[in-house]
Order: sequence, then C-alpha cells, then structure tokens
Amino acid sequence: MTELAGTRKSGGKLDMQSEPVILNIGPSHPATHATLRFVAELDGETILTLTPEFGYLHRCFEKESENATWTQVIPYTDRLNYVSALMNNVGYVMAVEKLCGIEVTERCKYIRVLICELSRIIDHMVCIGTNMVDLGALTNFWYFWKPREEVYMHLIEPLTGTRLTNQYTRIGGLQWDLPEGWVEKCRDICRNVVLPAIADVNALLTKNRIFIERTMGAGPITAREAIARGFTGPCLRAAGVPFDLRKDQTYLVYDRFDFDVPIGGNGDTCDRYMVRMEEMRQSVRIIEQALDRLPGGPVNIDDTRYILPDKQLVYTNIEALMQHFKFIMEGIKVPAGEVYSATEAANGELGYYIVSKGGGGPYKIKVRPPCFPLFQGMPHLCEGQMIADLVAVLGSVNIIAGELDR
Amino acid sequence: MSPLFDLAVAVARIAVFISFCLGLVVILTWVERKGAAYIQDRRGPNRARILGLTLGGIFHPLADAIKFLFKEDFIPDGAHRLFYQMAPMFALAPAIMTMAVIPFGPPVTIAGHQIPLQIADLNVGILYLFAISGMTVYGVVLAGWASNSKYPLLGGLRSSAQMLSYEVSMGLSVVGILMVFQSVQLSEIARGQGELLFGILPKWGVFVQPLGFILFLTALYAEANRTPFDLPEGESELVAGYHTEYGSFKFSMFMMAEYIHMVVGSAVLVTLFFGGWQFPYLADAGFAFPGGVSFAVPAWAVLSLRIGSFVVKTVFFCWVYVWVRWTIPRFRYDQVMRLGWKVMLPLALINIFVTGLVLLLIDKGI
Repeated sequence: MTELAGTRKSGGKLDMQSEPVILNIGPSHPATHATLRFVAELDGETILTLTPEFGYLHRCFEKESENATWTQVIPYTDRLNYVSALMNNVGYVMAVEKLCGIEVTERCKYIRVLICELSRIIDHMVCIGTNMVDLGALTNFWYFWKPREEVYMHLIEPLTGTRLTNQYTRIGGLQWDLPEGWVEKCRDICRNVVLPAIADVNALLTKNRIFIERTMGAGPITAREAIARGFTGPCLRAAGVPFDLRKDQTYLVYDRFDFDVPIGGNGDTCDRYMVRMEEMRQSVRIIEQALDRLPGGPVNIDDTRYILPDKQLVYTNIEALMQHFKFIMEGIKVPAGEVYSATEAANGELGYYIVSKGGGGPYKIKVRPPCFPLFQGMPHLCEGQMIADLVAVLGSVNIIAGELDR
Repeated sequence: MSPLFDLAVAVARIAVFISFCLGLVVILTWVERKGAAYIQDRRGPNRARILGLTLGGIFHPLADAIKFLFKEDFIPDGAHRLFYQMAPMFALAPAIMTMAVIPFGPPVTIAGHQIPLQIADLNVGILYLFAISGMTVYGVVLAGWASNSKYPLLGGLRSSAQMLSYEVSMGLSVVGILMVFQSVQLSEIARGQGELLFGILPKWGVFVQPLGFILFLTALYAEANRTPFDLPEGESELVAGYHTEYGSFKFSMFMMAEYIHMVVGSAVLVTLFFGGWQFPYLADAGFAFPGGVSFAVPAWAVLSLRIGSFVVKTVFFCWVYVWVRWTIPRFRYDQVMRLGWKVMLPLALINIFVTGLVLLLIDKGI
C-alpha cells in the first residue's frame, strides 16, 4: 500500500530511477527517544511517505483509572509526560476540582504556578537538548541536562520527596507546603543556573550557521494547517498563532503575572527552538514574580470532604479515623457530572475529560495529550523532506510516548 | 655501510613512527572522551583502575580493547561474508599505510649516513598520500553494501558521495602548496617551510596559503568522517551508519581507522601548512630571530626541538578534531554536497589561479 502511494506521489519520476526503499525507523532507534515507529518510504534520502505508528508504550492509563479512586489516579498521571510530571498532576486535580466546584487557596495556586513553570523549563530543556543530540550537538544536551538536574535535586526532590514521578498535588490542595528555604533556593537556581544555561546554549546555537541551516525550513507548517491539525503549545505558536491557555483561558493565577507569549513565523524546527528558548525565559519571569508575591496561609482547603484529616486527629478522634478510612478505602466523593479542563502543559494543551457517576473513582477519564495531534502531523511536516530532517522535526515537536500512548 | 644497517634503520623508523601513531590513537580515544566530558561540564571516564590507580581514566582504552576482543564475533544473516569481513581491513589498512610518507623530523646523520626521519621518502609523496587515502572509501562502501541492511546502505551511499566529493577539493586545495614549494615530496615541503617570509614570518604553508589551509582543513574533516561531516555514521538518523551491523573487534577496527585518520590527517596538515618538524626561527645551528638576535643550540637539542615541535603540533590538531566535534552540530547530506561542490571547489580553483598569478608576478620580478 505505502509503496503504491509513494510511487504515485512522485509521479513515477524518482531521483534514483529505481523503486523506493522502505525504511523502518523505530520502535527502538536513537532518534525516537521513546518507543515510536515510523515507516518511511525513501527515494534516495528524500521521504516520499511517512507512516507514524504508536502504541508501543500503551499502559491502559484511561482504563486503569476507572478502577482507582480519584486520589489514586494522581500517580498514574505522573507517567503521562514523565519529563514534566508535576504539570500533569496539576492538570488532573484541576479537572477534578472543577467537577467538585472547589476553589483552592491562594498559596496553593501560587505554588502550582511555580511547579508548573519549573516543569515547563525542564521539559523544554529536555526537548531542546535531545533535539540537539539528533543534530549531532551533544554538548548542548549536557548544558541543559545539568540545570535540569539541579532543578530536580534542589527544588523538586526536597519539595516532593521523589525525583521523576512526583504525585505532589492533591484534590483540594497539595501534599504539603514548601519546605524551609525553598523560595530562596528557587530564586537562586533560576538566576544562577537556569538563565546562564539558556545563555550558553543560545551562544552555541542561535548564531551557528550550521544549526540555522539544518533547522530553518525543516518541517514547516502554516498557521492554518497547524490549527486544522489540532497543534497546540510551542508548535502552534511557532507557526505564528499566539495561542496560550495561560493567557487565553487563564487559570490558577496566571492573569496576575506579566509575561509574553513568543510566536514564530514559519512553524519550522528553528522557530520551534526559538519559541521554546523564549518560553523558558518567560517562565523564569513568571517564577520570579510568583516568588515575590507568594502569599502565606494554608495550602489545603478547609473542607473535610476532600482533604484527609490531620494525622493527630486520626489517632485521637473516632470521626477522623473513620473519615480517613473511608477516604483511603472508597475515595473522596465527587458529584456526578462531566467536565473538560485544559491546562497549558509544556507540549501544548493537556486536557482531561472526566465523567463521574458519583462514586469514589472516575467513571471515565479521557486525556487529550498535546503530543497526539503533533504525532499525527508528522507526515505533513516531513514528507518531501530528507531523512535527516525527520529526526530534527521529531525532536522539535517533542513526542513523549508516555502521553502519546497513555 | 651494510645492508643489515639499512634494514635495521628502516625497521627502527617504521617501529618508532607506527608506535607513535598507534599510541596516539589509543591516547586519543581517551582524550576524546575526557575532552568531551570537560567541554560538556561532566567528569568523563574515571572508573577503570589498575592496582587502585585510575589516573583520570587513562586505562579505559585498555578496557575497551579487551572488551572488543572478547565480544562475540558476529556476522549477520544475509551479509556477504567475504566483503563483510574485508571491509574493516579495507578501512584500517590504507589509514595505516598513509603514515609512511610523513616526515617526523629532519634528516639525521648517523655513522656517516644521512637518514631521513620518515618511513619512506617517496618522490611522489603527496600523490601517494591521496592515492592511498582515497582507498579508505572502499572500506566504508563495502561495509555498507555487505551488511545487507538499510541503515548501513544509506551510510555507505552517503559516505561514498561525500568522500569522493571532498577528495576533489582536498586535492585541489593542496595544489597551491605544491606550486609554492615546487615539490610533491613531503620532506621537501617541510624543509621549504624553514625559510622566512618577508624576513619576519616563518614561511609556513598557512601563511602563504591561508585559503588553501581552510579548504584543506575542511576537506580533512570530511574525509575523516568527523563532525560536522559525520553523516555516514550520523548516529541519530542512521543508528551507526555503515558500521551498524558490526560488533566486536571489527567495529573497533573501524574506530581505529577513524582515529588513525585523525592522527595522520593532523600530521599531514602540520607537514603541509605548519612547517612539519620546523621549529619557528630555529635553524640547524641554533635560533636566529628576525631582529638579528641569534644564539647557538647544540645539535641534539635542535633535533629534539624539531621532533618535539612536530609532535606538539600534531597533538594540537588532533585536539582540534575533538574540540570541533563537541562544539558544532552536523550538516545535512545535501548541504554537505552543496558546500563541497559549490563552495569549496570554486574556491580551491580560485586559490590555484591566484597562487599561480602571484608566483608568475614574483618570478617576473614585478
């Protein structure tokens, strides 16, 4: 089938005057970074047709959630986009809170903004870093890996107790408050680790002729096409559409911060890189503003229907003990209904569509992963280009198999 | 004196120079990793230890060699068995053979015999070099074809196109040097660079042929398949390119060939453009600086300074390979071709033309 399609597309005139070669890329290939597969039909090095295939990392997230309580789903969400797990946590609990009609505390909102923006920075770092590995510039990868590790080691680990899969948020609040000294450390890392790293990579790449020639014009997409294909996030903004849920459908306290939404012009790999670089700087801006204005007070709402009772009370008070038992065994009670809640994750719009029948767990969860439309768009981005562009484009649209396959 | 003496000298020269090059190759694999690590802000290899000593990971090449020797010698199904096994040899042998014509020091006189410090002082010097190094492409192409796999095939295709294209620019970029020094014999070229230019600068190739130097350097990187021209093995696209299907010592032969290319390439570059064994302002009798200042240096010190200067320069350019590799990304295939044919080739031709014109004008005394 693919062979016929490719030959037809080339109008029977192939560069090499022979039949096209079918090349299998993945599921285990250095450029796929995760388990994806492409079947490319090549004329020489030019891609005639590209067939993306996924499902190698399918873990039944949506089905498994149906057998878990609302709180037990939180660790599952970590595994969606495992590069920025905290953002998935925030997205999920916000959807559940929307269903319950919970308004979380001010401090909780600020902390959620902080962890989201930190996650966005490290996600972009991984994306750009691995993209550069594919282009043969391994050094930039390490320049971004180190600050990412600093963020994990000095901010996320002390905060959540875990490194990669954090499960930090709770319905109605957070697992616990910020540890002592975290605010100063966060400020220090943003200013002395993250920004210098961005400047280093910028110096190595942005004016590098080889890099610009490799990325400019690789995998371009028009704004119209990008919207039609459901692109969101940096890939859509690189195509010139200033769409950012943080601004356009503001949530948490994003409307209180002063930040810009960078956009590109051609939607090619270079623009995607530039947009991500600028977004990291804007995230630092948001973090600094949030740290300046971080309010005091509790991180959890004062509502015994959603928040676990204090441990001391559980030990001393029978009502609290019973409530603790019910929460753990049956889960919190979420009213029946349907809700769609979307947040601007690092890769784009991360949406949770949740159906509740009123039980202790979800009836159905459907995730709208930002990667999925991007992955579907890969043939459009890559056909007619060279095999070397495929890896450049694949890195720059940042496909995370965890959220693609769920 | 006697044939036995000549034989002993020949064997000694071969032994010394080959062990220098191969030793440098071993050290270079360590330098590559350690250099990469320090460029990338990390520690690099530091685990292999002998008697409790790690010495900054210098034992890693040894561990590598042992590992490669003891891995299963694997031949994939459907591979052409003969060509598959020949390919690594084809890659390695020409790389080692090119060493033969590089002068690593000035001729020395032992027991009344003048002995060139060079394995073979061929009068076709540089032609031999190009002829032999042109053969390395066979190793790559054979590996690509014989593996019966698509990634190696693409790697082989890329590298044959790339190596052939850049061979042209490489050959033409050196023509300027040949015109200036009036010889294709590498020992003559090295000797010619001992003179002074305008009485101040050493008459090194890089000063008389700056454009030729840049073109040669670029072509050299392309010939050695090093970043930014490492497309034949572009690991992200083609997994490992032409040696994807190779394992154990066959793989290490490809790696050795690459590193020997780096060493020999640096040595050739130094010989053609950086005075070879010439030490700046050092004549046979001692230092003679442009201002008329001079002082005598004993003959043994002159010799060791000259050999030392060759070694230092070669090691420096080996390091530049590592430095470049970990700094810039790689080209795309069509960009490499465009650079080779549309930029480097015309520039090399212009260089020859201008050099010829200038030489003619100097000759006519204008």
